[in-house]
Order: sequence, then structure tokens, then C-alpha cells
Amino acid sequence: MNIHYFAWMREQIGKSVETETPPAHIDNIDDLLDWLADLSPAHAEALTDRTVIGVAVNKEFVEPGAKLETGDEIALFPPMTGG
Amino acid sequence: MIRVQAEDFDLGAEMDALTGSRKDIGAVVNFIGKVRDLDDGALSAMTLEHYPGMTEKMLADIEAQANTRWELQETLIIHRYGRLEPGEQIVLVITASAHRQSAFEACAFLMDWLKTKAPFWKLEESDKGRSWVEAKQADNDAADRWQEPGS
Repeated sequence: MNIHYFAWMREQIGKSVETETPPAHIDNIDDLLDWLADLSPAHAEALTDRTVIGVAVNKEFVEPGAKLETGDEIALFPPMTGG
Repeated sequence: MIRVQAEDFDLGAEMDALTGSRKDIGAVVNFIGKVRDLDDGALSAMTLEHYPGMTEKMLADIEAQANTRWELQETLIIHRYGRLEPGEQIVLVITASAHRQSAFEACAFLMDWLKTKAPFWKLEESDKGRSWVEAKQADNDAADRWQEPGS
């Protein structure tokens, strides 16, 4: 699945998008964030404070417990500051 | 109508295009958000990052919501991205209706929503370095006041 990062999460992780294949038992956002945090120290750092991280699946906002499907497009980002 | 673009916009031209030929519009409200330097020359630029595809989708959704909640003849949202300097325009919202109340309220609703729920992130460059703008509780509170009962 493709995972997109924005703003300071993108800078900390060092890429705007990466393609990962989590094991089959990772079937919700919470578990995915735990799994991503183990990928590298930079991932762990960017994912430290889960309370500020927004998540979108296939370009729709979702709650942390949301289910995942194979091929979903994931996006992780800090609080939005538009306008 | 929504547009997400790097280019600047012209309020007069946009107003004309949106409402110029219409005879049924009695009230037009517009809001322009600009890059401001509160620290007298300290800010050199603000760079807006967004999530292409999701931004357009979210803006179209919220525009549709505004049209459901208020009687509006026309609406326009333009949001820029990329590197902008102090004084430059960031965002334009125009709402047009038969009477002023709907136009005022819908414009405020759309702006409060854009501040907190549109996938944009602002990076400021100043004489103190670069930093990502943090979300403000006041903006969340402003957006929350539009929550409909039961939602």
C-alpha cells in the first residue's frame, strides 16, 4: 500500500510517499501506525504523539480504529492549517 | 465552484464571472485571506503544502454542504498553494444569495471549515528559521460552532 506523509511528518520520515506491504494481520489504522513506527527511528519519532496525527484512507478522513483493505491509499499528517 | 491553484486570483474578475450576468442575486459576500507578517519584517515567506486529489474532494464536499444548509445562488472557493510572500492572497470565498444573511453565514462557515479541515499545511520562513504553523484551538472552536445538533 502507498503511504503518504505531509508537512513535518514528511520531513521527519524523509519522503513524501512510500510503498509498504504490512503483514496480513495488520488490518486497521492503529496496528498500521504501530507497525510503521518500527520501520526506522525516524518513523518512530514522527509517530510518537498519535493524538496529533490525522489519517485519511483513499482521500477520506478516518478514525484511528478504521479497517484497512489491500491497496488502500493511506495518508498521515499533522493538524491541518488551511485558510 | 472550487479551484486549488498556485496562481494568484483577482477578486473583481472572479465576482464578475460568478455573478455579473445574474439578476436574481441580492447579496454577495467575499472573504480574502492573506499572508500576514505580525512581526514587522520577520516573516519572509509562507509555503502551503496540500494533498492533491483530497483537497479538491474535500472542498467540493464542503461547498455542497454549504449549499444544503443555506439558500445560495453561487459559491466560489479558491485556495492557493506553494510559496507566498507577506501581503499575498491565499484564499478567496465568495457566497451569493438572494438575501444577505445566508451569504454572510455561509461565507463564515466555509472559512471556519477551511481553517481546520482542509488538507493544507503552512510552513513559515522567518529571520528565526523555518517552522510549521500549529493548529489553533480558537480555529477549532470556530469550526465547532457550526456543528448541527446530533452530528
